[in-house]
Amino acid sequence: MSDPVLQIDGIHKAYGPVRVLADVALTLHAGEVRCLAGENGSGKSTLIKIMSGVVPKDAGTVRIAGQELSNDPAAAINAGLSVIYQDFSLFPNLTVAENIAFLRNVAHGERWHKRGSDRQLALNTLKRMGVDIDPSQPVELLPVASKQLIAIARALANDARIIVMDEPTTALTRSEVKRLQGIIEALKKDGVAFLFVSHKTEEIFAFCDTITVLRDGRVVSQGGADEFDADRLGRDMTGRDIETHRLPRELAPTAAPIMATRGLTRHGVYSDVDLSIAPGEIVALVGLLGSGRTELALSLFGQIEPDEGVIEFKGTIRRFREPLEAMDAGIAYVPEDRLTEGLFLDQPIGDNISVASLKPSGIVDRSGLRERAREAVKRLRIKTPGIEPSVATLSGGNQQRVVLARWMERNPELMILNGPTVGVDIGSKREIHEILLDLRKSGTAVLVVTDDLGEALALSDRILVMVRGRITGEFTADEIDEERLSLSVTEEAPAR
Amino acid sequence: MNAATRMFMSPQGVVLIAALLFALVVGFINPNFLSLATVIDLLRNSLVTAIFALGVMMVLASGGIDVSFPAIGAFAMYTTMSLVLGVDFDVPIIALFVISAAIGASLGLVNGILIGGLGLPTLIVTLGTLSLFRGALLTFVGTTYITNVPRNVISFARTMIVRMENAVGQLASLPLSFVVLVGVTAFVAIIMNLTKFGRAIYAIGGSEEGARRIGIKVGRTKVLIYVIVGAIAGLAGMTHMTLSRMANPFDLVGMELNVIAAVVLGGARITGGHGTVTGTLLGALLITMINTSLLSAGVPSYWQRVVVGALIIIGTGLPIVIDRLAKRRERLAQAAV
Repeated sequence: MSDPVLQIDGIHKAYGPVRVLADVALTLHAGEVRCLAGENGSGKSTLIKIMSGVVPKDAGTVRIAGQELSNDPAAAINAGLSVIYQDFSLFPNLTVAENIAFLRNVAHGERWHKRGSDRQLALNTLKRMGVDIDPSQPVELLPVASKQLIAIARALANDARIIVMDEPTTALTRSEVKRLQGIIEALKKDGVAFLFVSHKTEEIFAFCDTITVLRDGRVVSQGGADEFDADRLGRDMTGRDIETHRLPRELAPTAAPIMATRGLTRHGVYSDVDLSIAPGEIVALVGLLGSGRTELALSLFGQIEPDEGVIEFKGTIRRFREPLEAMDAGIAYVPEDRLTEGLFLDQPIGDNISVASLKPSGIVDRSGLRERAREAVKRLRIKTPGIEPSVATLSGGNQQRVVLARWMERNPELMILNGPTVGVDIGSKREIHEILLDLRKSGTAVLVVTDDLGEALALSDRILVMVRGRITGEFTADEIDEERLSLSVTEEAPAR
Repeated sequence: MNAATRMFMSPQGVVLIAALLFALVVGFINPNFLSLATVIDLLRNSLVTAIFALGVMMVLASGGIDVSFPAIGAFAMYTTMSLVLGVDFDVPIIALFVISAAIGASLGLVNGILIGGLGLPTLIVTLGTLSLFRGALLTFVGTTYITNVPRNVISFARTMIVRMENAVGQLASLPLSFVVLVGVTAFVAIIMNLTKFGRAIYAIGGSEEGARRIGIKVGRTKVLIYVIVGAIAGLAGMTHMTLSRMANPFDLVGMELNVIAAVVLGGARITGGHGTVTGTLLGALLITMINTSLLSAGVPSYWQRVVVGALIIIGTGLPIVIDRLAKRRERLAQAAV
């Protein structure tokens, strides 16, 4: 085999006392697609940042085509390594052509801005990829999939030989993933090497030739993609056998739905949604990023107003104009990103738990609240010495429990959770699922919005599939398997 | 949407329409207003505002804001005049502008180092330096009006490019210092549209993190922006001096709201990434027209503050509202998903 284009050896990195990477090594050859697989917190992102020179390493070497790289973003770019971040790092205010040409112009130290040659470079690169996008459009007007293609084009325009992609298919439909696959196949033949960073099993096997698995900052296994199967990959990533089977439960008693929608529509976001949730039932709403799943959930909670259709709550038609009205009616919403939307990180755990159940009288019964916060910590098994430390000191799983505790304090009749276990390690995930099952047992209706199909299957009684704003499928969780569910989630929008 | 409606929906289009409507209304009340002489007068009155505004537009495009430029302009202008009066020979007029620009640039460097080098927030830094530069000027350089300006300044001030009488016999004229505005306009237009440095300014305004990740030297670019803005402020200060034919250290400070209003009316966004030379010039003309015609209509000058304040809010709010309406219309147009 020829010499590797990228060779990483003995990388060590620690942030203060926390060891993030220990003795990490990997190689990448021209025309190879390698997957860097690992759970959240396994050190993947830190490794990318070290490769691209954004973060200094404590020890070890990064070599591109035999040349050792210094800690400088410009050096990595000039050596032909481009990172496509999850947010793509494009300039929304500039045109497609300028975005594509910018990296090359910076790398080549161009002084003058030549609109014509930028346009030509963009056209050539897009043509090489077989993509048809108007180069004079501002990037902010483009859909996500096009933005990703432009990020790839930008790397190619600068003659990138190594392209690192961070979770590339998070927002793509099946045909967009297919197209990406086609483009990557073609570029591989040109000798471009790819490093895919991912934790999604399907994605890894669809794209990659070789796999490196990272766990707790160490390489635990690597080899050809054919040496792995989903079970081994999952085991290597998590360090234990994953239980994918459904959580045991008693049959839900049939009850009248607590919430139902008829023809709920928000133009351009979701349309004609009929759904119902009964007390003591867990319903999963699965869909890709951008399918309208979050907007639908927020509409049920009164934060986004639907244009048409009705929401029925406990048998009467209700129109929640703001979350407060929905909360008063007995609905709770646990947001997608608990760190930015849900928690006051610097505040004590106790205050975070009791903040949503403050009385409208404006008078605070401090000792009563503390007592209840302590009980909640005990009940949800939050690992903390007390309720005084700030939430920031907790792990992801425990932070999520604080959010749950806060809403459970209000004894909601309908609990909507958006991505309840994103960024939570697998053990905590299981425990959070068990907490939700306890809620179900006590007669609460639970709506879980998620793109984690395994979670939907393990947790829910019923699964609703959302594709481009429409509910396209409904399954009871024991009649469908992950493969079929995955097919239906990534399905194209039905013909109009 | 066709090209014409898009033009009118753009911030520059809205400003242009607003300016024309305003002129028509004033012209309706006072028929003498609609004349070439008025246009000439307007250009003369907007000179200083427009020069400052071009500099501020660069800062806004990079996602920052600058309020210290009037203090820089006053400092550079007054210090230059004090220096010149201390020497015993005639300093050519061009040298006055060069010295003033150089002093402005070095004060801009202070802003640049604090913002680009140390990464401090732009509003806080420039609020601080506004007070700092003004205080330093009055404490260390002087507080007296310099009225005995050199003879060549007087003759420069008297040289007119255009001179004409309006309908009621008042004189309207465009002084030679108009070429300073032309020069600064050409300079800023070239920087922003034809150089990588200018495009990097827009890139930083669009996504600072993105700019850093593709290897743009964000800190260095910012330092240079504030140096340039300082130099432009120095030129604006000197232009102001030639128009008033005296150096008053108390002048200029207080203009910052007018100028910022002109820039945001011209389509630059406080959030960064947008701003054009044409829009900025139109914005400066509109603000000047409003101020002068309010004055000539006998509206108390306190009211001008109210109008300018309202314009800043409208100028920043309008693009956001237009954007939101456009998004909403787009969404509703997709009747069925």
